[in-house]
Amino acid sequence: MKLKEKLIELLLQLFTSVTIFTTIGIIVVLLFESISFFSNVSIIEFFTSTKWTPLFSEKHFGILALASGTILTSLIAIGIALPVGLTIAIYLNMYASKSFRKLIKPFLEILAAIPTVVYGFFALAFVTPVLQEIYPNLETFNSLSAGIVMGIMIIPFISSLSEDALYAVPKSLKEAAFGMGSTRFQTAFKVMVPAASSGIVISVILAISRAIGETMIVAIAAGQQPQFTLNPTIPVQTITSYIVQVSMGDAPQGSLEYQTIFAAGLTLFVFTFLLNSFSFYVKKKYQEKYE
Amino acid sequence: MTDHVKDKELKLPKISAEDVNVFYGDFQAIKNISMDINSNTVTAFIGPSGCGKSTFLRLFNRMNDYVEGFRMEGKIKIDDNNIYKKKVHVEELRKKVGMVFQKPNPFPKSIYENVAYGLKIQGISNKKIIDERVETALKQADLWKEAKDNLNKSALALSGGQQQRLCIARTLAVEPSIILMDEPTSALDPISTTRIEELIFELKSNYTIVIVTHNMQQAGRISDNTGFFYLGELIEYKNTKDLFTNPKNTKTENYISGRFG
Ligand SMILES: Nc1ncnc2c1ncn2[C@@H]1O[C@H](COP(=O)(O)OP(=O)(O)O)[C@@H](O)[C@H]1O
Ligand SMILES: [Mg+2]
Repeated sequence: MKLKEKLIELLLQLFTSVTIFTTIGIIVVLLFESISFFSNVSIIEFFTSTKWTPLFSEKHFGILALASGTILTSLIAIGIALPVGLTIAIYLNMYASKSFRKLIKPFLEILAAIPTVVYGFFALAFVTPVLQEIYPNLETFNSLSAGIVMGIMIIPFISSLSEDALYAVPKSLKEAAFGMGSTRFQTAFKVMVPAASSGIVISVILAISRAIGETMIVAIAAGQQPQFTLNPTIPVQTITSYIVQVSMGDAPQGSLEYQTIFAAGLTLFVFTFLLNSFSFYVKKKYQEKYE
Repeated sequence: MTDHVKDKELKLPKISAEDVNVFYGDFQAIKNISMDINSNTVTAFIGPSGCGKSTFLRLFNRMNDYVEGFRMEGKIKIDDNNIYKKKVHVEELRKKVGMVFQKPNPFPKSIYENVAYGLKIQGISNKKIIDERVETALKQADLWKEAKDNLNKSALALSGGQQQRLCIARTLAVEPSIILMDEPTSALDPISTTRIEELIFELKSNYTIVIVTHNMQQAGRISDNTGFFYLGELIEYKNTKDLFTNPKNTKTENYISGRFG
């Protein structure tokens, strides 16, 4: 009996360490390949050049061109997902009946479960043509439809986590607000949302992280042209879709082209790492608020 | 206010319940209660836990409206108006009928913002007016001395007793005429409790106060009239001294002599 329990414990520890070693392994590889990359390309060029053309004969290595694509599509996505997701969360928490909430929540979760390749195709084959009806100069590949569709995909991250945060606000605060003569709307926006703000901020950061790392949608619908721009109507390339492009091509291992994807990957990793650290800090800072 | 209206108010009960029944789903929580509460009095509700004191109190500001399965029969009149009529503006009602809860529940905002909250949601934006009303309310709630140099400090940094006085100030700031208190001192230490009891005594001259309390000594100290509730019924309701010295009903007698509850 004792032995069996020891064995189980060992097994569990083994599985836990697998995830830790995987993470460490990824970081080591990223760092290692990036170091060789930066022995060939100046760090200053990497951070200041606005051109990214490693696959051409005239090579430039300005990550800004890719980062701007990532930031632009993510901003559009969050611009859609934040208002819609927060509205849904507030509606479910403050207005909807229990039965309606039970009915609607699984549908929201489904949005996050749809394969992203389907979203990508939806953006390219449906959203872009529709937007072109309104704005004919919109190019076939653009960050606008990719961003919008990515926004739809991350709505449940925000709605679900924000609703959890609103739900966690002590009932006594809601009663205090109603007891003072607040309408539902005032209760929602003057008391509940501020009281749940840390959870809401965390949900937004998580959604942004998800958008930054999203690959399929942008690779399909936003194009493959690295451009340092904030124009949402033209093709761009994100860090992720660049990595896909090179990985699927035939850049020989060890070549400079091959190493670029690790430098790009490291940049992506730093992005999401910073975001996650920030959400961790927000969580820590506000945790003690209600005992 | 004309003398005529004033006279009328003095004669009429401030709050009047007529044949009130309350149901949560199939469960009947209040059984045919009628009761009058006069202006500028303190009325205490006592009775064992679960007998319907909170339910009945929360009828007066319609706080039960949000409870799923809640249903009410009968009338509750405040200043002779049935507050359960269709066209009653519930938010307006709650500005007239303030509430202080069992556990202090200040908003996670500054002391100042807590007291100013009710004014701001009414659309008052004149800083001078708000400042004045905040100061007055904090003085009335006996918190001004402790708070005046810390108005921008978070309300959550206050002690439990201070938080509860802040909640009273927050309620007073919108100038209600009735204040409902649901066991407002049950989470507080004896010293804080005494301060709140003294406060209630002072507020009586300007407000009608209804207080639920677990503590019979407290009812004896602060209230003019006391109602004893048992299993959803109002067993006995009269002058506090009378009720404690000369209970007519054996259930009342048993309860106040500590034989159950
Ligand atoms: N939201 C609710 N749903 C169902 N039953 C309730 C609800 N609130 C209170 N009750 C029931 O109604 C009765 C009276 O409760 P309450 O008014 O809180 O009593 P008291 O304040 O005297 O302790 C209790 O039996 C309680 O279980
Ligand atoms: Mg109660």
